[in-house]
Amino acid sequence: MRINISKRKIRDRFVAKIEELSGQNLLACYQCGKCSAGCPAVSQMDILPNQIIRFAQLGFKDELLKSKSIWICASCFTCNARCPKGINIAEVIEAIRQILLRKREDHVQVQKLSDSEKGDIPPIALISSLRKFTS
Amino acid sequence: MKISYYPGCTLKNNAKNFEDSTLCSLNKLGIQVEELPRWNCCGTVFSLATDDLIHHLAPLRNLIRVKESNSDKVMTLCAMCYNTLKRANERVKSDPESLDKINEFMYREKVKYKGDVKILHLLELLRDEIKFETIAQQVVKPLKGLKVANYYGCLLVRPKEIGLDDVENPTILETLTTVLGAVPIDFPYKTECCGAYQTVDKPDIVAERTYQILTSAQSQGADIVAVSCPLCAFNLDHRQQHTVKKYPEFKHIPILYFTQLLAIALGCPEEALRFDLHYVDPKPVLKEKGLI
Repeated sequence: MRINISKRKIRDRFVAKIEELSGQNLLACYQCGKCSAGCPAVSQMDILPNQIIRFAQLGFKDELLKSKSIWICASCFTCNARCPKGINIAEVIEAIRQILLRKREDHVQVQKLSDSEKGDIPPIALISSLRKFTS
Repeated sequence: MKISYYPGCTLKNNAKNFEDSTLCSLNKLGIQVEELPRWNCCGTVFSLATDDLIHHLAPLRNLIRVKESNSDKVMTLCAMCYNTLKRANERVKSDPESLDKINEFMYREKVKYKGDVKILHLLELLRDEIKFETIAQQVVKPLKGLKVANYYGCLLVRPKEIGLDDVENPTILETLTTVLGAVPIDFPYKTECCGAYQTVDKPDIVAERTYQILTSAQSQGADIVAVSCPLCAFNLDHRQQHTVKKYPEFKHIPILYFTQLLAIALGCPEEALRFDLHYVDPKPVLKEKGLI
């Protein structure tokens, strides 16, 4: 894969916004990969958690905003518990979701779910899905 | 002993079996449970964005209700409520400026919140206040021969600052099931996420997680899996319907709340167990072991 690293991308407001919303220092990451090794959802992801951090450091805005992974992460916090540098990866992923959600780009449209899909889903599931995946 | 109780939404419907078995058990243990008046939704998830203060209002308002009922301690059963209430509380305790802002948002509340309510999960109440030794003395029907895989999920143990046991290898449920006379089974998936709210729009992911978690427990010889979160319970129990479609060789396994095991051991009647709310019927295995 050919990638283009540029000062312009790294200094983009996008990177600062991720750091601000997540409260994390992205440059603390040294790519050990423990977050991805322990993540129970990697099999469903297109960009792995350690790659999300690297892409965020480099300002790869389009790749991150279009990625499937940010909607696969269920904030189980295993990555946070295992990061040797104390980075809260789940918070970084939340920040990327928030950047989209704050533009009213909802990921889940509950009104489109059929009655059989909704089934007997408990309120706790519906509310948390709405809280994480809608604006 | 009296304790304030915050139930949360799901305990009043899908997880009525969790609530009823808890209330019966605590009654047997001589604990007076007082449900908070005017409680509201806790928000279900703790807001992770640094600037998102508004979503901390819901959990903190419930803590104001605790103060209003002249208490400074509240017990909750649901792992999501526990996590959200406790994290919101820790958040404002460590950041007085945001606490002031949040109190200003809630200017109509008569009590100004100071971050001084202690949030206890039922497991902590059983371990630290009632004590497992006392419970052992009250067991009237030991769960002899029942092999239990204890599943913690995420929110009782992570993040470690608020977790009620070791972040990687919690053992509180194993200790409790041993006290109740059952045989705890160790398995590597006990703190691995069940897929949580992905169950709403991506049930396939949950069916896959359920398959991994439950077949691991089965391979270690578990008769049942014990849980402590209503969302885990839904995913591991009701989503077995999806799992078996994906993996036809999958064999169903009953999922019980740890409080249902406690209730059986303490001699609660079957009405308190509400097995009608389960997808996989736990009665055959419990009958086989002579427990109901």
